[in-house]
Amino acid sequence: MNFNIKNSVYWIGKIDWELRKFHGDEYSAHRGSTYNSYLVKEEKVALIDTVWAPFTKEFVENLASMIDLNKIDYVIANHAESDHSGALPELMRHIPETPVYCTKNGVKSLTGHYHKDWNFNVVKTGDRLSLGQKELVFVEAPMLHWPDSMFCYLTGDNILFSNDAFGQHYASEFMFNDLVDQAELFAEGIKYYANILTPFSSMVAQKIKEVLSLNLPLDIICPSHGVIWRDKPEQIVEQYMRWADDYQENQITIIYDTMWNGTRVMAEHIAKGIGLSDKAVNVKLYNLAKTDKNDVIAEVFKSKAILVGSPTINKGILTSVAAILEEIRGLKFKNKKAAAFGCYGWSGESVKMIAENLTTAGFDAVDEGLKVMWNPDDAGIESCVEYGKGLPVKLA
Amino acid sequence: MDKYVCGTCGYVYNPARGDQDAGIEPGINFGDLPDDWVCPVCGVTRDEFEKEE
Repeated sequence: MNFNIKNSVYWIGKIDWELRKFHGDEYSAHRGSTYNSYLVKEEKVALIDTVWAPFTKEFVENLASMIDLNKIDYVIANHAESDHSGALPELMRHIPETPVYCTKNGVKSLTGHYHKDWNFNVVKTGDRLSLGQKELVFVEAPMLHWPDSMFCYLTGDNILFSNDAFGQHYASEFMFNDLVDQAELFAEGIKYYANILTPFSSMVAQKIKEVLSLNLPLDIICPSHGVIWRDKPEQIVEQYMRWADDYQENQITIIYDTMWNGTRVMAEHIAKGIGLSDKAVNVKLYNLAKTDKNDVIAEVFKSKAILVGSPTINKGILTSVAAILEEIRGLKFKNKKAAAFGCYGWSGESVKMIAENLTTAGFDAVDEGLKVMWNPDDAGIESCVEYGKGLPVKLA
Repeated sequence: MDKYVCGTCGYVYNPARGDQDAGIEPGINFGDLPDDWVCPVCGVTRDEFEKEE
C-alpha cells in the first residue's frame, strides 16, 4: 500500500492492525500501529525510514513497485530503532552503495544493530541535502527519544518528518489526523508521550523552541507512527509544549493491588473521603494487577497526585505495585504529589516502602501514608474516609 | 568555568548551575565532579563528555 501526501511525497509503510504489544511486550498497542516510511521523488529520490523487520518483504516489494530501487539516491535513517530501520538490511542488500544519512549516534546505533559497513553520511543540525528544486534540512533531536533521533524538513512542501515525535500507536486506514476519531487520536497521543517522552520533557520543550526559531513554514508533520498531521499541524506541537511543561489535570489517581480486598476497600473509602471534601477533583481507581500498565502511566501523567497502595506480603509489596513503581521511577515525573496506603496483618512494611520509592522517584510524599490492620472494620473504614477528606488540602 | 556536552544525548553540564538532583552544587567544575557522576539525562559516564566549543 502507498498513497500520495503532497506533490512528490508518498507514504509507503505498513498499517499493522494486529499489533497489541510493542517494545517486546513493554508497550500496549490496543489500537495497533503504523510504521511510516516516506518516499520523496524529486530530481533526486530520497527514502525516509523504513518499517519494522517482520514487514521487510512486503515493504521492499511495495517500494520496488513504485520505483526502480537503483533510482533511490539517498536513504535517510531518522532513527535506528528496528521498527523504523528493520527493512534496511534487505533494502541495502539491493542497493549497497547508496548513501545512508543519519546522525553520528545513528551510525553507532545502526552498526550496533546490523553490523554492516554501509555508506554512512553523518549529518548535523542545519545540514542540507539538495533534491533538485527542494532540499532536506536535518535537525538532530537527541533523546526524542534515543540519542540518534533526528528530524528532517522538506523545503518547498513545508513538511517536517519528525520520526517518533508527534507519533501515536494508532492504526487507521484514513492515515490523516482530520479524518480519524479525535478522542481516540488524543488518547493514543497522550499515552505515547506519557510512556515514552516524559523523561525527556525538558529536551522536548528545548527542541520545539529550536525548530520554531528556524521560522520554517509548517504545512504537514509526518511522524513515523500513526496518522499524518495535515490539518493544523501546529496543534500537536502546541500540545507537546503543554505536555512537556509538567502537565497535570485536576485528577488524583489511586493505584493499588490487593490480595483479600482489604487494600481495595481502603482505596474505595479514601476515594469517598476525597470526594466528600473536593467535588471538583477527578478521582480514578485502578487495580494494577487488572489494568494495563501503560494505560495506568497515562493516568499518572495526567494526575496532580497519586496514591499508591499495597498490602504487606513477605515484609514487602505486591509485584504489580513494585513494577509500576519502577516504571514511574524511570519516567521522572515532575511536580506531582503522592501518598501510600495499605493493609497488613502483622509487620506492615508496605506503606513505608512505597512512600520511600515515591520519594526516590521525585514525588512529593505529603505524609507517612495510611496503614490499616487486617480487613478494615468500621473504624478502619472510617479512618480511610477521614484520611481521604484531609487529602485535598495536603495535595493542593 | 567551561561547559561540557554529553556526546550521547547533548545534555550540557554547566558549572554555574551544577546538577542539583545529584547533589552537585553550583560552582563545581566538570573536572571536579565525583568519579561516579553520570549524565543526568541518559546515564553515560563522564568520559562521554567533551568541552563545549
